[in-house]
Amino acid sequence: MSAPFDLLYSEAEEELRSAVRALLTDRCPPAAILARVEGGRPHDPGLWETLAAGIGAAGLLVPEKLGGQGAGHREAAVVLEELGRAVAPVPYLTSGVLATEILLGCDPSSAEAMTLLREVASGRQVCVPAVPLTLAPGAPLPTPVRDAGGGVLSGSVGFVADAVAADVLLVLADTGLYAVPVAEVSLTALVPLDLTRPLATVGLDGAIGTRLADPATARAAVAGALLAGAGLLASEQVGIAEWCLTETVAHVRTRHQFNRPIGSFQALKHRLARLWLDVASARAAARAAADALATGTADAPLTIAVAQAYCSGVAVRAAEECVQLHGGTGMTWEHPAHLYLKRAKAAAAALGTAGHHRSLVADFAELPAP
Amino acid sequence: MITAEELLTRVRDLLAAHPPATTAPADFLRARFDAGLAWVHYPEGLGGLGAPRALQAVVDGELEAAGAPDNDPRRIGIGLGMAAPTILAYGTEEQKRRFLRPLWLGEEVWCQLFSEPGAGSDLAALGTRAVHDEASDEWTVDGQKVWTSSAHTARWAILIARTDPSLPKHQGITYFLCDMHAPGVEVRPLRQITGEAEFNEVFLTGVRIPDSHRLGAVGQGWAVARTTLMNERVSIGGMRIPREGGMIAPVAAAWRERPALRTHALHQRLLELWVEAEVARLTGERLRQQLAAGQPGPEGSGMKLTFARLNQEISGLEVELLAEEGLLYEDWTMRRPEIVDFTGRDAGYRYLRAKGNSIEGGTSEILLNIVAERVLGLPPEPRDDKDLAWKDLAR
Repeated sequence: MSAPFDLLYSEAEEELRSAVRALLTDRCPPAAILARVEGGRPHDPGLWETLAAGIGAAGLLVPEKLGGQGAGHREAAVVLEELGRAVAPVPYLTSGVLATEILLGCDPSSAEAMTLLREVASGRQVCVPAVPLTLAPGAPLPTPVRDAGGGVLSGSVGFVADAVAADVLLVLADTGLYAVPVAEVSLTALVPLDLTRPLATVGLDGAIGTRLADPATARAAVAGALLAGAGLLASEQVGIAEWCLTETVAHVRTRHQFNRPIGSFQALKHRLARLWLDVASARAAARAAADALATGTADAPLTIAVAQAYCSGVAVRAAEECVQLHGGTGMTWEHPAHLYLKRAKAAAAALGTAGHHRSLVADFAELPAP
Repeated sequence: MITAEELLTRVRDLLAAHPPATTAPADFLRARFDAGLAWVHYPEGLGGLGAPRALQAVVDGELEAAGAPDNDPRRIGIGLGMAAPTILAYGTEEQKRRFLRPLWLGEEVWCQLFSEPGAGSDLAALGTRAVHDEASDEWTVDGQKVWTSSAHTARWAILIARTDPSLPKHQGITYFLCDMHAPGVEVRPLRQITGEAEFNEVFLTGVRIPDSHRLGAVGQGWAVARTTLMNERVSIGGMRIPREGGMIAPVAAAWRERPALRTHALHQRLLELWVEAEVARLTGERLRQQLAAGQPGPEGSGMKLTFARLNQEISGLEVELLAEEGLLYEDWTMRRPEIVDFTGRDAGYRYLRAKGNSIEGGTSEILLNIVAERVLGLPPEPRDDKDLAWKDLAR
């Protein structure tokens, strides 16, 4: 018998959700996001400050004695559901989850790592890992960066998410893990499919970093962070899917064609009923992943692989249905559906595709390939 | 209101007065019913104590631990699950006293005469006629019912029949308790796609039912039937399924044990379905937790849809995976199984029997409409049958 995950939301988690949702409703409406991405600066530092420091979201995964909120993955998952629902352009997944998990995986006796962790947990600094967004748990870790000696780094890393919002980058080099101030590197912004999670190439031509961990510790920390990131990304995907379903249902109830609301046509009703089922199932899968991370159960890697293999597809399908069932409106730049479609599709490639996670399931569940 | 402590005391008194080890099972069950410990939420005198329904688990747990015999809910599921709550809600005092005790004890098996060849998803279109005779105060019933589980072993049936064809279809229906031993009741096994006959056809020819066996008012049968149908759909939840439980288990086992059957294309489908089965398990578990926490969600409406689709896809994959073996079928002999055995039989049986999962207990199409309208609040289908007299409906 596998562990009975707690798949519900606690009262404290619902309170956290309300706070995050109220903030995003107020400060991050779709029109404001569109205006920002058109201006080439998707991130809103003021919004991040309120979310990270005001609500304390940045430090949810960090114990109180290390300067955080001492909450956990279940709470972080709730924040990500709301960020997905609002398709909010904030570096939470990268700084609040991935970089934070890497720093937590460093040796606690590393004063440099613990100092940086405090800064990140308080929201004073944005720190993102300099790894490609597509890097998956369970995949080989690339080390394109070399240490020429004394922390003088060279090499480059592509497809780094949220680097343009970062103060510090965490760089995995052949000799260990380094914290590199963003002023030390060259950032080349890429044109991303997902406008709300910008990508850049990070160039490290003689950049000087502070060593935080030895190679073995560094690799284990990054691998653990990728696993947690993949598990929690499922909750962001649930949020995306839920917004798309809710908006689409609201639209088909009021949009009339052939003298009827189009939502009264059985072809559309059945599609939306199936989508609702999928979203309800994705929520259970994502909650199981968050709970598995929170309790550190031995089931966690399998449960995370299941959640990622399932939730990616649901988010993409929900966004595709949202565009399709909005008809012409769904194809316009003005309607926010495209922001969700782009985020959902990019998130499906982030931290491992569904196919990659199914191959992990094959390993964990002992269903080997031919 | 009775407390859990008081209930436990009564259970222990029952066990002391009728030790399960030395009491005949039937005698123990009678004593249990008369002590109000059969279904504790029923009224006193009818097998209950008017206690909160949730306390039944306390009683069942204590009795099971003591090795007490259970009435066999598998054998009398329709009676316990559907007939009993309907009789409790709509029956006269006399009907409740006459029927509930033997029903609970399993002395009288019940079946359900609802579906007809012409009225499946559109149940309210049923055409079985019941005509009242003033002189004898009896009803005469003529018609045909179908998909009737246990009709061949049942002593009684819940029956809905049309008593006024000139009214719109939902209004002219009346609900009866039908004696399956009455003259004119003919039960024939209905052989199905698997070669077996789990169900029956029931032909009703001039069957006489006394008016005292009518449940609810004349013409109010649809409202009474809704109570029955709601209880039919409450059956989900409660049980915790292990990972890789259910239909995915034999496929996964075949994959592990027989490497020669593996292909890349089958691997992809197997993994997709394994993931979906695990997610369905978690969704069911989340529903169970919501119910336990007193936050019932609408997910229950959808679980049957999910399981129907998954059972069909998984069993279909299994037949293909087994290659030549998938060409064979265990046994086409016409049999009358007591229960549906989804895991103990061969893949071909599973594949064929699973086809019924998207039809029985509400077709997937109807359930999708229900989810769309009741959960998502989408507008109902436009209907032109609601105000039309039943006799004028197209058929």
